[in-house]
Amino acid sequence: MLRDYAIRYGFIVLLVGLIAYFAIAADGFASPQSAVFIFQSVAITGVLALGVTATLVVGGFDLSIGSVATSAMMAASYAMVVLEQNAIVAVIACLVIGVIVGLINGWLIVYMRVPDLLATLGMMFLLLGLQRIPTEGRSIATGMTMPDGSVANGKFSEAFLALGRHRIDFFIPNLIPVSVVVLVVLAVLIWFFLEYTRFGRMMYAVGSNERAAELAGAPVKAYKIWAYVISGVFASIGGILLAARLGRGDIASGNNLLLDAVAAALIGYAVLGAAKPNAFGTAVGAVFVGVLLQGLTMMNAPYYTQDFVKGAVLVVALVFTFALSGRGKR
Amino acid sequence: MGADAVFHVEGLKKSFGQNEVLGGISLDLFAGEVTVLMGANGAGKSTLVKIVSGVYERGAGTMRLAGRAFDPQTPAEAIRAGVVTVHQNINDGVVADLDVATNLTLDRLSGKGASLLFRPANVRAEARAVADRMGLAIDLKARVSDLSLADRQMVAIARAMAHQPKVLILDEPTSSLSSAEADRLFSLIDRLRGQGVAILYISHRMSDIRRLADRIVSMRDGVVSGVFDQKPLDYEGAVNAMLGRKIHLDRVVARSSARAVFTAEGLRIAHGAKPISMTLGAGEVVAITGLVGVGKTALAETLFGVRRPLAGTMHMDGKPYAPGSAREAIATGVFLVAKDRAASGIVGGFNIERNISLPFLKRMSGLGVMKKRAERAVARRQIDELGIVCRSEKDELSALSGGNQQKVMVARWMAQASRLFILDEPFQGVDISARRDIAAKLRASADGRATLIFVTEIDEALETADRILVMSEHTIVGEHRNADIDLDRLLAEVAGGPLHSAA
Repeated sequence: MLRDYAIRYGFIVLLVGLIAYFAIAADGFASPQSAVFIFQSVAITGVLALGVTATLVVGGFDLSIGSVATSAMMAASYAMVVLEQNAIVAVIACLVIGVIVGLINGWLIVYMRVPDLLATLGMMFLLLGLQRIPTEGRSIATGMTMPDGSVANGKFSEAFLALGRHRIDFFIPNLIPVSVVVLVVLAVLIWFFLEYTRFGRMMYAVGSNERAAELAGAPVKAYKIWAYVISGVFASIGGILLAARLGRGDIASGNNLLLDAVAAALIGYAVLGAAKPNAFGTAVGAVFVGVLLQGLTMMNAPYYTQDFVKGAVLVVALVFTFALSGRGKR
Repeated sequence: MGADAVFHVEGLKKSFGQNEVLGGISLDLFAGEVTVLMGANGAGKSTLVKIVSGVYERGAGTMRLAGRAFDPQTPAEAIRAGVVTVHQNINDGVVADLDVATNLTLDRLSGKGASLLFRPANVRAEARAVADRMGLAIDLKARVSDLSLADRQMVAIARAMAHQPKVLILDEPTSSLSSAEADRLFSLIDRLRGQGVAILYISHRMSDIRRLADRIVSMRDGVVSGVFDQKPLDYEGAVNAMLGRKIHLDRVVARSSARAVFTAEGLRIAHGAKPISMTLGAGEVVAITGLVGVGKTALAETLFGVRRPLAGTMHMDGKPYAPGSAREAIATGVFLVAKDRAASGIVGGFNIERNISLPFLKRMSGLGVMKKRAERAVARRQIDELGIVCRSEKDELSALSGGNQQKVMVARWMAQASRLFILDEPFQGVDISARRDIAAKLRASADGRATLIFVTEIDEALETADRILVMSEHTIVGEHRNADIDLDRLLAEVAGGPLHSAA
């Protein structure tokens, strides 16, 4: 019985304990600004993690999310800076990229029978290369010199930058950044979709026993492809937020996105003893990592320990999921 | 008997927990003879094979090989002692990514005395010797993954024979071969028989058995239920001994139906098989029985749209019916409780309620959002109807007994009214009381729909059906009304005998 409670609430208790500890030990941790900062720091990772959760639910995996996000960022920058388009065009271009990449991933996995890890690994490489071709490997910023010698004079539109920089009043003026709102809205959406709609239910069935789902009349292939489209679109939204925050198309950014997002989704397995991918757990997982890093940073832990801490949390969470609950084997 | 047997097994027992799988098996194999081992699913054949081949430890009993005690602790020991097994799954016997020559000599690459370096020329010479001894005409440089299934099987057997064993065990070797491919296998077996190998051949296919058997041993419920070695062999007796007949408990009162729900005309489900025609009426329960591998599941899947027929037409309620997927079949009112619930029925992550609602989510949701109250009501009703023993509809299926799990699978498909309700081996791994519950429920609710069950055990057909059809060689070979049945004729048909009657 105690064991059941430990499995179910262990991770939540750990999170609450962590917050309490930092609130006492680190000055200024227990403030609205600090809370918002935590959410902001995990917003992009969290959006990607929610997307990859959809592919985990159908028993797949998407390694291409990080490079979809950076490709979307480069595409948005290119549209505005080089092609001198407005924010709407840039956002649509990003979303289209997400949909197309998702469809290709799904097609490779479902129809070409390429194993999910390999298909999306290939797509990751492909996109990492592709996003550098239009500018011959340069980062994109206003005033940059194009390969043909001309100068790109377009600039990021104010409306687009607001996605990354504007803050909404919430009791305290200028408190909540748009990116956090986007994270929360997407989290609620995907959570509702997976838990409360018949489509979400069927996706879990596909992930748990594909043949049973097919014999129950589910279009299994379509569900799988949809999962990758969801993942692609969420990743491209992450890319939009990244571009809006940076205000330029930075070739070197977004290196950690994939690993951080996957870690958050996997940590989510341990939340509430779910032992399966779930949107709520993913969101908690992302926040958990954010709290830990913010707290440690405020206690002057050096930045280079961050990956070590994330890795340790992930390993502990995986032990929770697979060893303690004993439901890993299914 | 037993004195000149190469391989002699006496009083072999094996239990898994409370469950006794082998209850004292005695078996003799003779040099230069093919002994066929027959037994239904769960009779204990594979357990026996696994003990003999050193995979499992035996519970009790003795084994002697060529007069000496035989007590293998590992598969490798069994092979070294001279007992070699070719398992059912062909790909377990070969390494697909290596060439034929390496496969044939694979076992010499490890173990004592193996040379440290891999010398291709030596390997090829050795492989050539093995292949010649077997009369194997396969390119030794070909990669096994490029070979046909039959050729892979030949390589697996040749590889086994490279040890020059005294006893060769073949576990359902023809289950995935075409008849032409099987012929090649048979001539190889003839050759080995001529070389004086004692062969234990496990199969359900009557045509194989007629072609090869020198002796037949039938198993049922973990004991030998019959040994047949008088020529001509009594094939029907062997089938009878394997399927057996327990005391007849609940004979049903056979009903007949006037109104046809489903008809099939000239349906062909396998190459070279005779076409199937049948009519299923409203309110009747029809059982199709036959040995494993005669196409029962193929027929079930054809009716359910998972498999396409090679020829023929089907009608549901007079309208043409040619489902392209399970989805279309379900929409027409054809439901299937698939065979092997663990692999193709149960969704492990779901509780009872969600397992029951799975196919009918659309009818329990509005604008895509699940109506949880409706879902729970259906689950509770079905738990009640079928008498599923559980704490609540939120129980995980892993917490239920096999019988109750199967009840959940049946409950899933009985939650909505169907036109044609198909159940493929619904009583597999189900205890007697659950089996009776399910059968009674099927009969009580049969009005208005056609019910079709596929069972290997004749008992199960006799207990549930109004009409019994017999399948053999991918077609229907006999029909019986379940009243004053001529069981001898039925068994003859199951055994694929010459007593053919029009279907």
